[in-house]
Amino acid sequence: MRSMTKIAVATLFALGAAHVSAADKLTIGVAVPTATHGYTAGIVYWANQAKKELEAANPNVKVIVKTAGTPPEQANQVQDLVVVNKINALVILPFDSASLTNPVNQVKNKGVYVTVVDRGLTNPAAQNAYVAGDNAAFGTLAAEYIGKHLNGKGNIVVLRGLPTTVDNDRVNAFNAEIKKYPGIKVLDAKYGNWNRDDAFKVMQDYLTRFKQIDAVWAADDDMEIGVQKAIEQAKRTDIKEIVGGGGAKFAVKKIMDGDKLVQADVSYSPRFMYDAIKMTADARLKGQALPAKTIVPSVLITKENAKQFYFPDSPY
Amino acid sequence: MKPTTSDTKPGAASKPLSARFKGLGPVIALVLLCIAGALLNPDFATLDNMMNVLTRTAFIGIIAVGMTFVIVSGGIDLSVGSMAALIAGSMIVAMNALATGAHPPGPVTIVLAGVALALVFGAIFGALHGFLITHGKIEPFIVTLGTLGIFRAVLTWLSDGGALTLDMTVSETYSPVYYQSILGVPIPVWVFALVAIAGAAVLNRTAFGQHVQAIGSNEQVARYAAIRVDRAKIVTYLLLGVCVGVATILYVPRLGSATPATGLLWELEAIAAVVVGGTSLKGGAGRVLGTVVGAVLLSVIANILNLTSIISEHLNAAVQGVVIIAVAYLQRGRR
Repeated sequence: MRSMTKIAVATLFALGAAHVSAADKLTIGVAVPTATHGYTAGIVYWANQAKKELEAANPNVKVIVKTAGTPPEQANQVQDLVVVNKINALVILPFDSASLTNPVNQVKNKGVYVTVVDRGLTNPAAQNAYVAGDNAAFGTLAAEYIGKHLNGKGNIVVLRGLPTTVDNDRVNAFNAEIKKYPGIKVLDAKYGNWNRDDAFKVMQDYLTRFKQIDAVWAADDDMEIGVQKAIEQAKRTDIKEIVGGGGAKFAVKKIMDGDKLVQADVSYSPRFMYDAIKMTADARLKGQALPAKTIVPSVLITKENAKQFYFPDSPY
Repeated sequence: MKPTTSDTKPGAASKPLSARFKGLGPVIALVLLCIAGALLNPDFATLDNMMNVLTRTAFIGIIAVGMTFVIVSGGIDLSVGSMAALIAGSMIVAMNALATGAHPPGPVTIVLAGVALALVFGAIFGALHGFLITHGKIEPFIVTLGTLGIFRAVLTWLSDGGALTLDMTVSETYSPVYYQSILGVPIPVWVFALVAIAGAAVLNRTAFGQHVQAIGSNEQVARYAAIRVDRAKIVTYLLLGVCVGVATILYVPRLGSATPATGLLWELEAIAAVVVGGTSLKGGAGRVLGTVVGAVLLSVIANILNLTSIISEHLNAAVQGVVIIAVAYLQRGRR
C-alpha cells in the first residue's frame, strides 16, 4: 500500500503541478448522499462550509465534495476521488453501510486516511476513524424529557422514521428509558417515514383511534410539522407536547418563539459533517491520527439554549 | 364498441352481466375491507374518519382520473409525483415573492395567482410530454422517466434540499382550501368528486373519449379511421397535467410547504389506483369510476392498518400488496 502512495506522490511530481512540496499538500475527498431532504441538505451545506473555511485558511488544502444518489454511484465516486483526484484523505457518510464497506476498504488499502461519518461500516477495519451522532441519547433524552414533563403519567404515541438501524437504535433507547416511568403508556409506534405528509396521515389516524393523548414523540422535526397540522385540524386540546428530533432550524425557531406544543427538541445536527472534515484536516496536516471513535453528543434543546442551535443560513 | 349498443336488449344480457360482475370486483373488495375495518376498530366507521380518508385520497384520486385517460390511450406518465412537487414548490416561491414584494397585493389575489400558476404549469408540463411523445416519437415511459428526474431535481435545487415554506399570512388565507368543509364535506372531496364525474363524462360520453379508447385498442386502425391521434394523445397528457395542477392546489394549503419528499411515489399509487380500478395497462378500455374506487381502496388499507396494531408495522406494505393482487384476481379475464 505504501508503494502505491509513493507512486501517487511521484506522479504528482512528474506532472510538475505542485509548486509546494507534495507532502504538505492535502487533498480531502468528501463523499455524501445527495440532498434529497432537509437533513441531507444540511449535510451537504456543512460539508461545503468546511471546504470554504479550510481552503481559505490554508492554500495547501483542497477539499472535493461529491454527492451521490445511490450506493453504487457513491462507490464510483470514491474510486474516482482516489484515481483521478489523488486524495490523501477521505471523509465519507456512507449511503449504505454494507454496500460501501468493500469500496472504502480498497481506498484505505491504497494508503488514504479514511474517516467515516454517521453510518458505520460493517467492517470497522475499513476505517481509520469514526465520527457519529449519538442515536441512543437521541431517544433517551426525548423519553426522559417527556417522562418528566408529564410527571410520569399519561398516554403517548410515537412516530418512527424509516426501518433502519438508526431508527431502531433511537426507538429502542426511547423505549428503555420510558419504561422507567410506569405511569406512562406508549399507545402505538408507527412509521411516518421521516416525512411530513406521511406523519400527517399517521397522526390523523392516531387521533381517530385514541381519545386521550398527552404527548407525541414525533422523533423528527419534519414529522413534527405533519403531526402539529393534524392536531390543529382535529382541534384536539388533550395533547400538551410534541417532541421532534434533529434540531432543524424551523423547529428550533418554534422553541425560541415559545410555541404552545413544541417546547423541546433533541439535537442530531448534520454539523458533525463539518466537524469530521475539520478534525480530519487538522490531524492530517500535523500527521496525527484521529481517535478511533468520536461521538458528537445529542443535546436536549429548550428555550434556554435554543439560540446556540439556530443556524438561519443552513437549509436544515 | 358494438356490444354496448345491444346492451339494452334482454336476450343479450347474460354476457354483459357477467362482465359487469367482474367490473364490480374493486367495489366488492372495498365493501369487504370497510366491513373488516369497522369490525377491527369501531372508530373506522365514523364520519370523521371517512372524511379523513376521502380527503387524503383526493390528491392521488384526482391525478389517477387524469392518469386513466393516459393509460386508456396506451400511454403512461411516471412523472406526476415529481411534477406535483415542482408545481407546489413553484407556487410557494411565486406566492412568497408576491407577498414580500414592494407592493404586495391582497392575500386572496396572491392565492388566486398561485392557483392560476399551478394550472398553467400543469398544462404546459403535460403538453410538453404529449409533444415529445407524439412529435418527438419517444416512448412515454422514457419521456416521463426523464421528466420525473428533472422535475424533482429542479424542486430540490429551488428548495436548496430543504423545505419551501409558504408565507404566514398567505398560508392563513389559503389553508381553508384544504381544511374547510361545505355541507359537512371537505373541499378536497368536493373537488375530487367533480373531477371524477367530469372525467367519467368525457371518457364515456364525448367523441374525444371514444377516440382515446380507440387509440388505445389499436392506434393504426384509429389513424385509418381519420382520428387525429397525435392531437388526442397530447390532450390526454395535457389533461393529466391539469389534474396534477388541481391536486397540487389542494395539497399546498395542507402543510403550507413543499419538500423534496413531496409527491414521492405518487406516480405508482396513481397507476395502481387506475389498474386496481379495472383499466388495463395495455390501454383500450377503462373506467374512471373504477379508478376512484381503486384510489379509495388503497387509502382505506393504509387507514385500517394505522387504526389497528394486529400485525407488525414492518408488514404494512405486504398487506397492501396482498390486497392489490387479490383485487386484480377478482377481475381477471377482463382483458
